[in-house]
Amino acid sequence: MIDWLLEPFQHPFNQRAVIAALLIGLTNGYASAFVVLRKSALKVGSLSHALLPGIALAILVAGLHDWSVFLGSLFAALLIGLGSLAVSRGSRLDQDSALAILYTAAFSGGIILLRRLGVAQAMEAWLFGNIMGLHNSDLWTNFWISFAALGILTALHRPLLMTLFDSEVATSLGVPVRALNYLLLAVLIMVLISSLQAVGCMLALGLLVTPAATIYLLTDSTNALFWGGSLLGGFASAIAVLAGWWLNIEQGPAIVLMLGLLFLIAFLFGPKYGLLRRFTVGRKSC
Amino acid sequence: MTSPTHASCAHCSHHHELRVENLQVCYRHVVALHDVSFATSCGACVALIGPNGAGKSTLLKAVAGLLPVASGRILWRDTKIAKWCREIAYLPQRENVDWHFPITVRGVVRMGRYPQTGWWRPFSTADASAIDRAIEWMGLSDLADRQISHLSGGQQQRVFLARALAQEAHVLLLDEPFAGLDRNTKSALASILRQLTEEGRLVIASHHDMDTVRDIYDEVLLLHRTSVAFGPVADVFTDAHLETTFGSKPSNAKEVA
Repeated sequence: MIDWLLEPFQHPFNQRAVIAALLIGLTNGYASAFVVLRKSALKVGSLSHALLPGIALAILVAGLHDWSVFLGSLFAALLIGLGSLAVSRGSRLDQDSALAILYTAAFSGGIILLRRLGVAQAMEAWLFGNIMGLHNSDLWTNFWISFAALGILTALHRPLLMTLFDSEVATSLGVPVRALNYLLLAVLIMVLISSLQAVGCMLALGLLVTPAATIYLLTDSTNALFWGGSLLGGFASAIAVLAGWWLNIEQGPAIVLMLGLLFLIAFLFGPKYGLLRRFTVGRKSC
Repeated sequence: MTSPTHASCAHCSHHHELRVENLQVCYRHVVALHDVSFATSCGACVALIGPNGAGKSTLLKAVAGLLPVASGRILWRDTKIAKWCREIAYLPQRENVDWHFPITVRGVVRMGRYPQTGWWRPFSTADASAIDRAIEWMGLSDLADRQISHLSGGQQQRVFLARALAQEAHVLLLDEPFAGLDRNTKSALASILRQLTEEGRLVIASHHDMDTVRDIYDEVLLLHRTSVAFGPVADVFTDAHLETTFGSKPSNAKEVA
């Protein structure tokens, strides 16, 4: 039994996977609080899909490297994010519709292109992640992205919080609301990219929404939302990677599924805002 | 009610004036306000009165620095008001606040100190005591750790006043503060506003309920896309003035202007 539990720690690729899951989960969990408070999950989801055509283009232009994938996906997400803004400003279409058109078109192009490039990595790895295939250099890339993202978000915590709570009052007090919104979006894209190899661009969104959404159902404290989301994201992801090994299921989906199950538990049994609680309180007051 | 004496501020020995001169504000190409002029000073409680769409919220937002000024000037202490954003507190309409934001009463009031602390400096004991004082003053001590959706309408209004107090704001701009409050809460809020002005703050609030204007305010600005009349309640809040403000249709008013 003990041997079976400890087995995953004997393989270097497994150790790397657990460390990566912790790192990515922590960063995504922290950043997810911003996504939830900003109510922009859909937008971030669109941008996560926009990463794929960026990767395809980067491989086409510069070949497959860490940095080309990073830069390509960053470029594509920014291009589609800003492009949707330009389309909505320049026409009568709203930004969500513009974003949907752009990212689905780009995503389709990305799939067609990737299939024809003949890269060794399977399409599935880009879509759903391959956390077992991480190298040490990938870990370092993840570490630096996490470090930068967490650094920026914590350094700007006060103005960001004000902007999210009421952007008008923040503006009236001299907070550069618009610039902060763009910066936040850029950081969220960076965080998405950091989880790309682990869970792929289809599932990255789950990691960047669910942790804080779960804590959102449990707490009224802003700090608890950020740090709780962070801890939940980190540990749930690490445990999911191990569970994936023990139960022989794919690690990327295991992470997102684990987070989803934890959310379900909070949704049903949350002591304050859970469905069960609401149900019993509602009956009492009748 | 006491007449507007414009006594000098109690908490600093100066006497500050807010002047709006020929203000014009546009949304894209639509002129929302034009030729708005008035001057008031600390120690006054000013009502903004006008029909829907008259530009009451627009004027408050322009003074708060939320909207670009197309032409004209807004001066506070004889300089551009944008320099004084720390002294100005804007209180949004209740319906524009995300009440389910995971934040407690104390958390909201703490935000009032961000202009003083900046983005990084930790809270000092002076900050902490300003926060405690503001919470206590607004009678929220027992509710300080409550999430803001678990409050009554009057309490919610007081949370935002407490934030303005923690900020040590000199000018309070309130958008429909009395909307949706019951009678008792309204009179409680009115006496709070009275107290705040008597200590030397300038309170400007948009207001809908004509029956309570005389009880709450010192001065009235009648607004209909432009300033129709401004002055002490007794002089300006008259049937004749109200008719010119409310009587004519907005489309006419545009052309007359």
